[in-house]
Amino acid sequence: MITHRVHRDLARAISSVENGIVELPSALATLRAQVHGTAQHRAEIIGVTGPPGAGKSTLVDRLIEGFRAEGESVAVIAVDPSSPFTHGAVLGDRVRMQRHAGDAEVYIRSMASRNAGGGLAPATRDAVRLAEAAGFDVVIVETVGVGQVELEVVAVADLIVVVTVPALGDGVQAIKAGLTEIADIFVVNMADRPGANRTAIDLKQMVRASSREIPVLQTIAQDGSGVSELLTAIVERRGQDDSNAVRAVRFEVVRQARDRAVAAALATLDSPDAAAVLQRLRDHDITRNDAIDALLSILGGPVHAH
Amino acid sequence: MPIKVLVAKPGLDGHDRGAKVLARSLRDAGMEVVYTGLHQTPEMIVNAAIQEDVDVVGVSILSGAHMTVFPKIMALLKEREVEDIVVLGGGVIQEDDVPKLKAIGVREIFNAEASTQDLITGIERIVAEYGRDRARREAAQSHAGAGRAAAR
Repeated sequence: MITHRVHRDLARAISSVENGIVELPSALATLRAQVHGTAQHRAEIIGVTGPPGAGKSTLVDRLIEGFRAEGESVAVIAVDPSSPFTHGAVLGDRVRMQRHAGDAEVYIRSMASRNAGGGLAPATRDAVRLAEAAGFDVVIVETVGVGQVELEVVAVADLIVVVTVPALGDGVQAIKAGLTEIADIFVVNMADRPGANRTAIDLKQMVRASSREIPVLQTIAQDGSGVSELLTAIVERRGQDDSNAVRAVRFEVVRQARDRAVAAALATLDSPDAAAVLQRLRDHDITRNDAIDALLSILGGPVHAH
Repeated sequence: MPIKVLVAKPGLDGHDRGAKVLARSLRDAGMEVVYTGLHQTPEMIVNAAIQEDVDVVGVSILSGAHMTVFPKIMALLKEREVEDIVVLGGGVIQEDDVPKLKAIGVREIFNAEASTQDLITGIERIVAEYGRDRARREAAQSHAGAGRAAAR
């Protein structure tokens, strides 16, 4: 049973972590004591992402309704962008979730991105952990409107719903690069608009090329059409426990490895050995390809054939 | 850390242009502004304020219902034990009512003549003076226990 007191304790715990007053482990311990929770409680964490204006908040509102009908409590962490200039933010995702305002089994928290890249706020991950510790059954993370590179949600959620809309022009192009790799379920929202079938077919073709089975669904979040199919798809994925943890770890390892490799390459290019190679290039002693091979061999990386 | 503000529009009046302009001005002053839309009941406003853990709730009323709405909001904040959230009023509020509202805990009333700059300065001053963080830090200090400090 979630009470208004739990809302208050959770809300304060999130702010204290968000504002750097307390570290997460201490906030978790305090919150668990306040709500008589245990470290064993596990929530299902669902990420909802997609381009701006795709209807993410309205769809989240429908998902809340669906989970509530099953008797499950729901926490939502909705991220909106901060202004890079003033650091202020207008957080408006709640407007579309008004129907649940009086329901104590529903907790909604808006977070400003505070200029973290990746589509989430710096403390989103911690907020999810805290909502789980407060005892919620389902935690939904709604990202800021994203393009190809804001994939951070993959490191937070168990299951990711990627929402798009018809006739975004290159909308499918936009989600091709990154979002395909992280989607567990694709949703073409606003499916009553022209071009919805086309978009769904494009997505299905894209999905066919990947090794995973990813459903492509159509919804009209505004009136709730297709939402029960989406809920069914989410519930079906639940038991599977496919390799999402593995995927999240791979994502994080690749990202950190890439950062390290770039740092190493830049350091190599600053070394005296590299300077000598570059000087020979400048003096027309060697070709560009020779220079690249020489520098890569200094770095110790593989030398590619050209 | 940024000041977090809930801009609330209670009751039946359907005019939120002002509230939206205000939300944007506060954002441009570096605040994080939660906007909840029109037709909010006192219960909805208080629930949102708690869930969002805001420093300030700014309630804009143009309909004349302020003597009904504010007492309900203040009573609910007390009932839920979140009286450290600062409540400010704005809109069309008769001068006679201002002391009555202040007596029940509304910290300040900004009338129609107030500029957005007055509001920004007012919010910054009031949060510095009465805000939740100050209150909770003091509480944390007076109870030196680790658990209390973690909860602020």
